[in-house]
This record gives sequence, C-alpha cells and structure tokens, in this order.
Amino acid sequence: MTARPQDAALRRGRRGARLRRAVVGWGFVSPFTLLFAVFMAGPVLVSLAMSFTDLRSADVRDPLGVNFVGLDQYAKVFGDPLFLKASGNTAFFVLFGVPLTMTAGLAVALGLSSGLTRFRTLFRVGYYLPVVTSIVAVSVVWRFLLQPETGLVNSLLALVGVDGPNWLADPDLSLPSLVVMATWRNLGFQMVVFLAGLQAIPQNLYEAARLDGAGAWQQFRHVTLPMLRPTMLFVAVITSIGYLQFFEEAYVMTQGGPLNSTLSVSYHIYKQFGFGNYSYASAMSYVLFVAIVALSLLWFRLLKRKEQ
Amino acid sequence: MAKARTRDRVARTVLHVVLGLGLLAMVGPFLWMLLSSFKSEGEIREVPPTWWPRDFGLTNYTELFDRLAFPTYFTNSVVVAGSVTLGNLVLCSAAGYALAKLRFPGRGALLGLVLGTVMVPGMVTFVPLFVLVSKLGLTNTFAGLILPFVVGAFGVFFMRQFILSIPDELIESARIDGAGEVRIFWRIILPLCRPALATLGILTFLGSWNNFLWPLVIATTEDKYTLPVALALYSVGQNETDYGLLLAGSVVVVVPVLIVFVLLQRHFVRGIATTGLK
Repeated sequence: MTARPQDAALRRGRRGARLRRAVVGWGFVSPFTLLFAVFMAGPVLVSLAMSFTDLRSADVRDPLGVNFVGLDQYAKVFGDPLFLKASGNTAFFVLFGVPLTMTAGLAVALGLSSGLTRFRTLFRVGYYLPVVTSIVAVSVVWRFLLQPETGLVNSLLALVGVDGPNWLADPDLSLPSLVVMATWRNLGFQMVVFLAGLQAIPQNLYEAARLDGAGAWQQFRHVTLPMLRPTMLFVAVITSIGYLQFFEEAYVMTQGGPLNSTLSVSYHIYKQFGFGNYSYASAMSYVLFVAIVALSLLWFRLLKRKEQ
Repeated sequence: MAKARTRDRVARTVLHVVLGLGLLAMVGPFLWMLLSSFKSEGEIREVPPTWWPRDFGLTNYTELFDRLAFPTYFTNSVVVAGSVTLGNLVLCSAAGYALAKLRFPGRGALLGLVLGTVMVPGMVTFVPLFVLVSKLGLTNTFAGLILPFVVGAFGVFFMRQFILSIPDELIESARIDGAGEVRIFWRIILPLCRPALATLGILTFLGSWNNFLWPLVIATTEDKYTLPVALALYSVGQNETDYGLLLAGSVVVVVPVLIVFVLLQRHFVRGIATTGLK
C-alpha cells in the first residue's frame, strides 16, 4: 500500500488527539494522584518493605544501621504472647460483635419497614445518632454509665434487684462490655443499609408468597433473607473490617486492661510504635491486613448469591 | 375482620413499645451526658444518680474555657476537618470525573491502584506516614494533620460511581458547542453532582472531626490538639476526678455534629444507602 499524504496527516491528527486526551486526563487526576501516591500508596509499600528490616525509631536519623532480616519480624509476631492475646481479643470482638450488630440492625430495620410504625424519621435519626458521634466522647460517657457505684446501668439494675458488677474492671466482663458498646454505637449504620436493601425487594414477591399461604415467618425466611444476601454481604464486610481494627474504645475506656483483657491488635501495634519498634509494628499491621482480606473473602464465599 | 384489626393494633402497639425502648437506649446516654454536664461535681457522684440537675450550673463549661484551652481545640478541629473536606471534594471529584468519563493512558492502572487500597487498614500506613511527616518537619503543624487525609480512595470511588450515571450525551454536546474540559467539569458535572458532594462532604467532615489516632501522635503541644485528642488525654490523664469537666467536654465534641446531622439527615441516610447498594 502506498502511503498518501492525507494518511500521514490523519495519523498526526490522531496522535495529537491522543496526546491531548492524555494531557487533559492527567490534568484532572494528577493533584489527586500525587497526594495519593505520597500519603497512601507509598506508605503501603514502605510499610511492607519496613517489615522485612529491623528498623527502630533511632534508625530513622541514621538509616545505615538498618538491616534486612527477612521474615524474622513475622516470626517474632507469632511468638509474641501479647500479640496472641490481642488476636484472641480481636477475634472475640469480631466473632460476637459482627453478628450481634447485624442482627440488631436488621431487627430495627424490619420493625421500621413493617408499615406499622409511625414517627419513622424520629426512630431512624435516633438509632443513627451514635454512629456520627466521636468514639472518644461516646467512650467517656459510657465509662460513666458503666461505673460500679454511681453508674446509670448498675442503678437501673439495682431497681430490679440485681447487684451490677464492676463491668470494666473485671477481666471477664471488660471485653463483652466493649462489644455491647460497639453494637450500640454501630447498629444504626447497619439499620440504614438494611432499610435500603428491604426497600429494593419487589412487593409482588411477598404477594406471591402470601397467595401460596406463607406466614410472616415463612415470608421472612424465604423471601426477605434470600433477597437481602447482597446487602448482608456488604454490611458483613464493612462491619468486620471496622471491628478488626477496634482501638479507640479500648484506649479511652480501659487502656487495654485489666490484665490485657481488652488489648486489641491495633492497640498492640500502636504501643509497639510508641516503644519505637517501627518494623515490628509494620509486620503486625500486615498480619492484620491479611486477616482483613481473609475474613472479607470468607464472607464473599459464605454470602455470595448462589448462581445456579 | 374485626379480630384481624385488633390483632393489627396489638402488633402495632408492641412494636412501638419495643422500638421506643430501643430508642431510649440509643438516645439516653446522650441525654444523660447533656443533663449531667450542668450538674455540680457532687451531684454527678451521687448514689443513686439523678437525671434532672437539681440546679443548672454552667461551671463545667466556664472551666473548659478557663482551665483548658477548649476554644483553641474547637478551632483546630474546625480548621482541620474543614480543610480535609474541601480537599476531598475538589480533588476527588476532579479525579472521579476523569476516571469515569475521560479516556487517557494509565486510567485503568490508576483505578486499580485506588480500589486496591480500599481495604488497607489505617495501621499499615501509620508508621511510614509518621516517619514521612517527621522527616518533612510537619509534626505538630496543621499541614501534618491535614495532608495525609486530603485525598482518599473512598472519595474518588464514590464520586466516580456517581458521575458514571451522568449521560455521556450531555458532555458530548457541550464539547460540540466548544466548551473546554475544565468548563465542562465546572459548569456541567459539578452542579449535577450536588447530592453526591453533599454526602461525601458530610461523611468526610465527620470522619475528620472524629479522627483520633493520627492527631494523637502528630499534635504534640496543646495549641494543635483537636477536640477528641484533648478529651481523650484529659480523660485518661491524672485529672480523672473532674467528671463534670469531662462531660462538658464530651458535649462540646458531640453536639455540633448532632446538630449538623439532624439538619442534614436526609442527605446522609440516602448517601449511606446508595453506597451500600452499589
């Protein structure tokens, strides 16, 4: 084929258009990309690299003293009794917290969408309130409510003749107390997402079920629950990611105590960072990251819409 | 028929009682916090605790101002959360627009990078970020408090999802009319994004207002403390005895947010719900 001058011009034009598109596109994304690379993507990689070294805070000024130590930090992580304790606590928090919060959120959503309730906005706003408030402030208030002598919770229990325990000072009760508080604080989010999910279920499915003689429970079991699968997956993943990282509640309410009964993985990482063990903290944070990905994948497997 | 109606009424009453008790449990702690912040130190410690303050006093609040620098913490929180929100709105909507509607080399890779970091826990970037910010000499500065949060993966993803739903024809016809890309973004895309911007703005502002761990390590002197940091340090410090002050401090942290939330709750709830369904 012989090249005609028009072709060359066209090619030049096309190349010009591509260049122009590249300039315009990167013009829009470059401020974001630059900041994102420096403050997010970069640190993610640096953290990984750090976890294979023996970097401590003192080495930051003089990086020559840093050695590559392979998987030593990770070996240390799994031999660290405090990390194992913190993992157990975090697992407990997730194992009980996630189902409790989801059940409570779904129950409220079902109540509000049953068509029987008035003041729906009032209820929705009220249940959502704790979600928007600072965990620190909420933890301060709950520390008062849970006080053994003067706390509101034990005073209410005293009204019905129960001698309330010292919730936060008892190593057996401290973590469950934090789980209940987390449920209280987060169920509003679950409620809102479930409400949206419930609204998306076509009404005629319920009509059909009623025609087949299904009662309220059967409708819930065979229409609502299956139709809510995608919503549940979303809620389960988001809640698990959040709960696996719990930190502020323990920091403000119990400082990880008593006897490390509320020490979470994030709290342990924060403490090791405070001691200057930078690469050890990074290694633990990657273990936490892997746990988050693994749990999310598990939820996907459990709750994915069953295709055929 | 009549029986069914009675049953309905019973169900309705039971449901309202149960939901009402739940509501009390949700709102009760806030009411107690607000009421107790007006009580005297002695009354807060009384057994059994009182609900309604015997005499309303503002001592706890004046103490916040006199003994602690709460106005400074408040201003710091407003400055930090405001800057973070503004940055996210501008930068994430611009990037979200390009990722949704423009074709350019590297677009897929950038999108993958953004989505790849959504699940990364904050603790992973924490140590390198701290080292970076100290190396840049930004410890205990507003820049150090703001810059790491001025863009976020969630913001870009959220804006991109919303802008995807804007029809291409609108953009095409503007281009044919000779509008430049910046003009299209400013005059067509952004006005259409108003609901999404409202949601992202509220979520970002709240996230930043309530953010705790980062300002805890970056703000090292009182003049840079944000509200949650001041409250937490005060509450776990030696001054534990001053209950009234702690409660008044909590009110100052929580109430502005509650007011904003109640006023804008429609945007909020709709925004959460749509991100949940995508």
